[in-house]
Amino acid sequence: MQEKVLMKGNEAIAEAAILAGCRHYFGYPITPQTEVAAYMSKKMPKIGGTFLQAESEIAAINMVYGVASTGKRVMTSSSSPGIALKAEGISYLAGADLPALILNVQRGGPGLGGIQPSQADYYFATRGPGHGDFHVLVLAPASVQEMADLTAKAFALAEKYRMPAMLLADGTMGQMMEPVALPDPVDLNGEAPEWATTGTKMQRKHNIANSLYLSPAELERTNIERFERYAKIEEEEPMWEEFMMEDADICIVSCGITARVSRNAIVEARKQGIKVGMIRPITLWPFPKKPLAAAAEKVKSFLCVELNMGQMKEDVELAIRCKKPVDLCFRVGGMIPSPDEVLAAIKNAAEKEA
Amino acid sequence: MAVVMDKPHALLDVARHYCPGCTHGIVHRLVAEAIDALGIEGRTIGVAPVGCSVLAYDYFACDMIEAAHGRAPAVATGVKRSLPENIVFSYQGDGDLASIGLCETVSTACRGENITVIFINNAIYGMTGGQMAPTSLVGQVTQTSPYGRNPETQGYPIRISELLATLDAPQYIERVAVNNVKNVRAAKKAIEKAFRNQVEGKGFSFIEVLSSCPTNWGMTPQKALEWIDEAMIPQYPLGVFRDKEAGK
Repeated sequence: MQEKVLMKGNEAIAEAAILAGCRHYFGYPITPQTEVAAYMSKKMPKIGGTFLQAESEIAAINMVYGVASTGKRVMTSSSSPGIALKAEGISYLAGADLPALILNVQRGGPGLGGIQPSQADYYFATRGPGHGDFHVLVLAPASVQEMADLTAKAFALAEKYRMPAMLLADGTMGQMMEPVALPDPVDLNGEAPEWATTGTKMQRKHNIANSLYLSPAELERTNIERFERYAKIEEEEPMWEEFMMEDADICIVSCGITARVSRNAIVEARKQGIKVGMIRPITLWPFPKKPLAAAAEKVKSFLCVELNMGQMKEDVELAIRCKKPVDLCFRVGGMIPSPDEVLAAIKNAAEKEA
Repeated sequence: MAVVMDKPHALLDVARHYCPGCTHGIVHRLVAEAIDALGIEGRTIGVAPVGCSVLAYDYFACDMIEAAHGRAPAVATGVKRSLPENIVFSYQGDGDLASIGLCETVSTACRGENITVIFINNAIYGMTGGQMAPTSLVGQVTQTSPYGRNPETQGYPIRISELLATLDAPQYIERVAVNNVKNVRAAKKAIEKAFRNQVEGKGFSFIEVLSSCPTNWGMTPQKALEWIDEAMIPQYPLGVFRDKEAGK
């Protein structure tokens, strides 16, 4: 761990990616994540890495696919409308079992939407952002420190399971400045994995990076194999944080900036005698179903606080098998709820359960 | 007994799916012969995107990557930036390179990526069963231009080699054909040069190959080869459009 420095979330991700051994970045300008590209364009040429401003989001994700095929750490970053353009490429990465990191600093939608913070791509990210039956790992940071920490984590998980990982941040996370202790540099051994297309050196049969299977039986087999891997991930990799859950009657579920706002509201509600706590999912896929199911045995109700119209609420209801009521507190379009608004929602939930 | 002719090592000895009379087989062979001649098979990585040649990854002996429709130059860019000492080529059809992937084609050429692009122009979408391509000729009957390509509503065929030759970066751009022995010999020379340029670090090399599609043109293989002379070459003249080495 290095000394703390004051950094924007977007810059922290860029530096953390470099420290994690990523030497290839491809992107296309879009607000509110352009600082990532700006940072990479300054740094990469000085450390022998690649910064390339692609002609489009589509080209950028396909350049990522090219580097990923060679077995090296590679990333791209964008914001919601740009991620939609990358969907095809993300599906190809998943289909060819290639690891890569995609950062989505979400803004409001649909369409061109706005440029202010949002969590409206929750479904898009957690249901497999692209055509076909697949998942990507989805991690949701709630601080600049986590922006840095989860970047290294995402690379490692992506490689472990040979699949794309997405850091799903809201615009606030990208833009805000906080002190951050950057992780120590990772020393990658530099050897390409055995599946990588790096040239046969006339010493082995050719490797092929591919997602095409014209035999339906074979394609079915690859889908089933992939979902066996996903089942293992759902078992072993969910990450979450619990806050004041020991005696809670109400469990807030929230990620990213709304989890930060909710924390303040929880502290205030506790002062007023309301027993409320929070489970903050850090991985959105795999979703932390177990702690939520466990909480459902103890709490009276759940309250989702989100920057969308209740997309995560559905996952909470599934995780707890609808055993308890789930309320929703939301703002959308780039608006963020104030601690008072969340407090009002907590009070409302408390009254309903009384 | 001396061996006069053998199969290229870089081309695997497997059955290929191409239709009878299709010239993909000839171009595959020319690419493989170039790889053999330069001794680069062990460090070559090919990119085959969607189109009739998508299964080329099963045919070339070097490492291969299958890419999304039109995106091969972007994928090849990623590979080359990751492994600059390796030799990277893409093998693309006209729907892929001149329509859905036109942006990637132009931008990759504009950056002067040190890769080799083999562009098969057969004036039709072969894999999906013979639809109009951006390179289909005026009046050409296809599944989606059943009354013949009408420039009023469907525009004119696009000349990619000439278009790319307006850019500063490309090292070498040549249009060849593989419809007779003379043309095949010229194509062989051009393709080998396009690979050699990359080995020597000279930059973006692009070979457009006028190729036949008897199945979707509705012609015999022989007639299809003649149609290249009669109809295609007048629209797409053969020749070198850029060769920095020769001061062009």
